[in-house]
Amino acid sequence: MGLLQISSSPHVHDTDSVKKIMWTVVIALIPTMIFSFIYFGWDAVRVTCISIAACIAFEWLIQKFLIRGKCTISDGSAVITGMLLAFNVPSNLDWYIILTGALVAIGISKMAFGGLGKNIFNPALVGRVFLLISFPQQMTTWPQPHRVFTHAVDATTGATPLGYIQTKIAEGADVSDLMSQLPTYAQLLLGERGGSLGEVAAAAIILGGIILLCRKVITWHIPVAFIGTAFVFATILHMCNPALYIPGSYHLLTGGLLLGAIFMATDMVTSPMTAKGKLIFGIGCGVLTICIRVWGSYPEGVSFAILLMNAFTPLINKWCPPARFGASTKL
Amino acid sequence: MKTFKRGGIHPEENKFAHDIKLEDFPIPKQAVLYASQHLGAPSTVVVNKGDKVKVGQLIAKGEAFISANLHASCSGEIAKIEPVADITGNKKQAIYINVEGDEWEDSIDRTPDIISDIRLDKNEIIERIKSCGIVGLGGACFPTHVKLMIPEGKKAEYCIINAAECEPYICIDNRIMLERGEELIIGATILRKALSLTDVYIGVEHNKKQAIPHLTQLAQKYAGVHIVTLRTKYPQGAEKQLIKAITGREVPAGKLPIDVGCVVDNVSTALAVYEAVQKNKPLISNYLTYSGKSVQNPKNYNVRLGTPIMEIIQANGGLKEDTGKVISGGPMMGKAITNLNAYTAKGFSSLLQMTQKEASRMEPQNCIRCGKCVSACPMGLEPYLLSVLSRKARWEECEQNQIMSCMECGCCQFTCPSFRPLLDYMRLGKNKTGAMIKARAQKK
Repeated sequence: MGLLQISSSPHVHDTDSVKKIMWTVVIALIPTMIFSFIYFGWDAVRVTCISIAACIAFEWLIQKFLIRGKCTISDGSAVITGMLLAFNVPSNLDWYIILTGALVAIGISKMAFGGLGKNIFNPALVGRVFLLISFPQQMTTWPQPHRVFTHAVDATTGATPLGYIQTKIAEGADVSDLMSQLPTYAQLLLGERGGSLGEVAAAAIILGGIILLCRKVITWHIPVAFIGTAFVFATILHMCNPALYIPGSYHLLTGGLLLGAIFMATDMVTSPMTAKGKLIFGIGCGVLTICIRVWGSYPEGVSFAILLMNAFTPLINKWCPPARFGASTKL
Repeated sequence: MKTFKRGGIHPEENKFAHDIKLEDFPIPKQAVLYASQHLGAPSTVVVNKGDKVKVGQLIAKGEAFISANLHASCSGEIAKIEPVADITGNKKQAIYINVEGDEWEDSIDRTPDIISDIRLDKNEIIERIKSCGIVGLGGACFPTHVKLMIPEGKKAEYCIINAAECEPYICIDNRIMLERGEELIIGATILRKALSLTDVYIGVEHNKKQAIPHLTQLAQKYAGVHIVTLRTKYPQGAEKQLIKAITGREVPAGKLPIDVGCVVDNVSTALAVYEAVQKNKPLISNYLTYSGKSVQNPKNYNVRLGTPIMEIIQANGGLKEDTGKVISGGPMMGKAITNLNAYTAKGFSSLLQMTQKEASRMEPQNCIRCGKCVSACPMGLEPYLLSVLSRKARWEECEQNQIMSCMECGCCQFTCPSFRPLLDYMRLGKNKTGAMIKARAQKK
């Protein structure tokens, strides 16, 4: 018999751990990854592999040579960042651009703040936005999985549905005429449109979301508030002026809204803790997304919306403490 | 099914001793009774070295308002009166009895007959509970008679018996309900009478599948005794959570159950009240579960106060090769025993042996701000924040964030995926913040 241990209570622990949570997220991302491989072929495999490998390598290097701490790559969070970064870029991106994105995501957004749990902004999104601003040309040239646009001249690259709509509206076209040239809802669900690797197949993203909900890694609050607000806001705009604004339901299935609402806005580290805080966070993301999409100069607003709300998270946490037990009792 | 709404967790139940019958543990050769076994002012020893005592004879008297009497648990000669280390290693005044035979005080009714008529009136009941040294056996050991004396301006509206037994492993309340159910119910009616109430509510968690129908059937004979089935969830047996589940009322921060008109007593206490009032038997023994993953044959014992803990362990083959920790109480709120050469006392409701593997804590990692501790906290606190504030010694902010409402149930630390010692820091914070508040009150 060895020595007996002494510690204060509790003496038992749940079976959950950070590692389990992170690898569950990785599993939930796999359906989306498989769909991206099917639609974009070897290019998608190349981008995903480079991104994941680069994220793991940067975290390992920084941890070993700069921080000189314990190796943390086995917790799975670098893999998630790598996967999400890949899902947020076009499949024809050059390798050095991906490496730059991974370095910014892991090096600046995560490790510079102190590693997993200390970062303020979602690392993958910071990487993506950095690339979008630094390499606007490469980041907005989208290979088409199929020739979905009737007008398409170039068979290999073209705009995303949202980008296409924005350009056409700027040229004075009527939304109701445009709709017939755009992918149908069924095509959107199954990913037959241009876009980043991970945002095209709505069905796969929803499947991943269900996995996360069932494994209790996320709660319904952020995705429902985010998607619901975006839908309601866009629908109101559409009802006010159908010629200028596309229907709310079309907003939901295009761009990175689903990917963002299910996988990135729900990132534990950068989102609020309480149910009330999560709802506020989701509503803020939804409003900002539609504002940027409709009135901003970028066709896509999810990344900016989530990053802006990330900045508000500490404030939301302060404003929305849980209801204290007994606070409602009048004596 | 009723339950409290906010927070809570579902630890593995591991109620290994669920179906093991109660048995009397052999009387020890030497019993060592700590002179004070309750919460409140210490009692005064009223015997001397060399005195002969009988079972049930008063050996230490509680003189202050919040204090309790202590009676000899075994008959024999007082060998010495000197300090001895308790389970946490702190020295406490203790009375050593060299046991000779098993001779009881004549006034104690030792027949197995069940007496359901309550002959004593309200004040006599409270007086008897006081003289018999009954304390809350759920763990706090607060003198029961004090709870029953309702302060002026307050009114008792609910009498509640806590039979939730939400801690893993512990099965003693379940066994009492099954084997001494009727006496327990009479005990509950005595408590009800002491509070001048017509009803009493016994809250039982749903996982006690045999006890609920058994008690419900017994309760039919007694008007106004209600068996309330509660959903199995930890910490259902915490006083405030139980009150919320049964009455829907919430005890505000810093207030007592009586402020919302509730008095809660635990199952073992109700049984001790029955024995005191109907049989004139002082509190000389207590019921405990001996269990854990490192115990081969779990047991439910009735143990005389002052029995050496090692005797219980040795009677079951001693400590195992894989034993890593011995706990008094449940795995969520119990204390790790630092001194195995200590003795049983009032409120010692379980003795657990954990394996090395279970006993070891994992290395803490960064907080990933998942919010699990916030959703698990039954008091609506933010453990992630309070633990950081404590670590940084920011006691004012601890106070603003209501650290004093923490009841140390351990839900936050249990659920933390980063294995952070949240409750360790919060205990420190409570201690320091409490001292700060006290010092401020004294200044005024």
